[in-house]
Amino acid sequence: MAGLVVRRVFQLVLLLIGISFIVFMSMHIAPGDPASIIGGPTATQEDVEAIRENLGLNEPLLAQYFDYLKGIFAGDLGFSYQTKQAVSEAIIDRFPNTLNLAIASIIVAIVIGVTAGIISALKHNTWFDGLSTIIALGGISIPNFWLGAILILIFAVNLQWFPVGGLTEPFWTVEGMKQLALPAITLGTGSAAMIARMSRSAMLEVIRADYVRTARAKGVRERTVIMMHCLRNAMIPVITVIGLNFGFLLGGTIITESVFAINGVGRLMIESIAARDFPMVQGSVLLVATLFVLVNLIVDIVYAFIDPRISYE
Amino acid sequence: MKETVLEVKDLVTTFKSADGPLPAVRGASFSVKKGETLCIVGESGCGKSITALSIMGLLPSNGMIADGSIYFNQRNLAEMSPKQMQKVRGNDVSMIFQEPMTALNPVFTIGFQIREPLMIHLKLSKKQAHMRGIELLRMVGIPSPVERMNQFPHELSGGMRQRVMIAIALSCNPSLLIADEPTTALDVTIQAQIIDLLNDLKEQLDMSMIMITHDMGVVAEIADRVIVMYAGEIIEEGRVEEIFENPQHPYTKGLLASVPNVDDPEFDLKPIAGSMPMLNEQISGCRFHPRCPYAFDKCMEKSPKTFHVTDKQSVRCWLQEEGVEQNGGRRASSL
Repeated sequence: MAGLVVRRVFQLVLLLIGISFIVFMSMHIAPGDPASIIGGPTATQEDVEAIRENLGLNEPLLAQYFDYLKGIFAGDLGFSYQTKQAVSEAIIDRFPNTLNLAIASIIVAIVIGVTAGIISALKHNTWFDGLSTIIALGGISIPNFWLGAILILIFAVNLQWFPVGGLTEPFWTVEGMKQLALPAITLGTGSAAMIARMSRSAMLEVIRADYVRTARAKGVRERTVIMMHCLRNAMIPVITVIGLNFGFLLGGTIITESVFAINGVGRLMIESIAARDFPMVQGSVLLVATLFVLVNLIVDIVYAFIDPRISYE
Repeated sequence: MKETVLEVKDLVTTFKSADGPLPAVRGASFSVKKGETLCIVGESGCGKSITALSIMGLLPSNGMIADGSIYFNQRNLAEMSPKQMQKVRGNDVSMIFQEPMTALNPVFTIGFQIREPLMIHLKLSKKQAHMRGIELLRMVGIPSPVERMNQFPHELSGGMRQRVMIAIALSCNPSLLIADEPTTALDVTIQAQIIDLLNDLKEQLDMSMIMITHDMGVVAEIADRVIVMYAGEIIEEGRVEEIFENPQHPYTKGLLASVPNVDDPEFDLKPIAGSMPMLNEQISGCRFHPRCPYAFDKCMEKSPKTFHVTDKQSVRCWLQEEGVEQNGGRRASSL
């Protein structure tokens, strides 16, 4: 297990260097000059030059990149061109909102997805199975921005059960949960659908397994057969899907955060891209990439606990 | 006369299909006495496993007992609710399966899986069940049983896993053990060990056993009585000596002739021509007649009735009817 973690952390470092290079280069090659955006429409050519000089944007591209890379290893992600705030500070400010949203969404997705998947498998080829297949297909196909807008329209504007947007209260308060509910449903629907499909097929396979027949032959109660003997085996492939989806949720909150006016890393990223705030974009992307890799590492470790046949020695 | 443990009468088991119900077992009747070993033999697909699963109430979801009764200690298993069957399974009637590699749950320890029936049926505490589990593993000849309790199935060989399955099946002292080809998936040397083990334990625990197999060697080794099944029907039944020394049904003779005999240099292996009919195949008269070298007109017209050869041996074949010459069959004469 320790070997796995060390190996993965090493891979993570290499991966992050690669990602930082790609993000750095694509930001700098893309059209749009941060200096003239900072200077504003009234700035003279000299002002813009001075800003550019000041930000170090006149250096050769590779030299700028290596400077940036050195900074990362020292824990310094640079400063925002716009607000002069340290990038790490800005991210730490915003990240809890994103994390709350991602966790709430994955909980919604797991509860709905696993339950629907199991019932579908047990009621294979019945109306419930058909209905849940159609809903899952819908869940995968419906775009987040549309679903978010429709939920706001129905439950926030018309019924007024939930606030229209914002995430200002802590999640353990009723107000905070109300604020999280609609964005979590919006973001979790797609994942719920994927988890439901995976749970259904995994469960269908496991239900027919010899060891399930053995459990029945021992006189084990049907509920225990399903919840213990089947579920634990069926969860092995489902865990992968949950992990991947959680990774996506952590990085894929941009649209939902914008729709629900949540001050998270996703919104920070989209605002920074618009403002050509290179350090901020690079910092946010690196964070998302790191989290994605870490989530996958956790999934691999969880595997070993669920399936004794897997060993990382 | 020993008491009857199991009495199956006119069992019909069908499977749902798009073309209506398909009968996999077509009116099987047999009984098992206390302490007796009954072997059910036949080719793959003859309905022997389905007969066993019908007794256990473990038919796949598209299968059902359409007719007949299964009396086990005077109670009809065919009419029991799923809840009542749960109390019988693993407790009074146990079953071991063909594939030891897949029959144990890969994510639970051997200990967990052996404790389960003990805690369910005998209401033992976890600790008591653990101690009893160790005893059971020792009884089935598993070395260092204390350590084995904490191991997972993938850490054991196929033969060891089958021993674990036997330990689980015997944990609640069942009066009937059904073994569905328990040695088919094992190495030849391990096969012999498992058969010996089952034989010993049967004597030791004074239980009855139904052994399902297509291996005539196993039958010779273990059976008291033998049932031969073909295409869902029981076509011959008798004591093991009778079946081996004086088989009556052409199919039984064919089965015995297709077992290699290494002691006899003159022995010529004779496979049975043709193959088992599909479940939905309509065959008039005797279901074996298309493959039978002795078939004559009556075989194609009427399903044979049961003829008693001795008080223990019976056979369903028109050749037994008085006045029919054994070799007088139409096909045999034209060969």
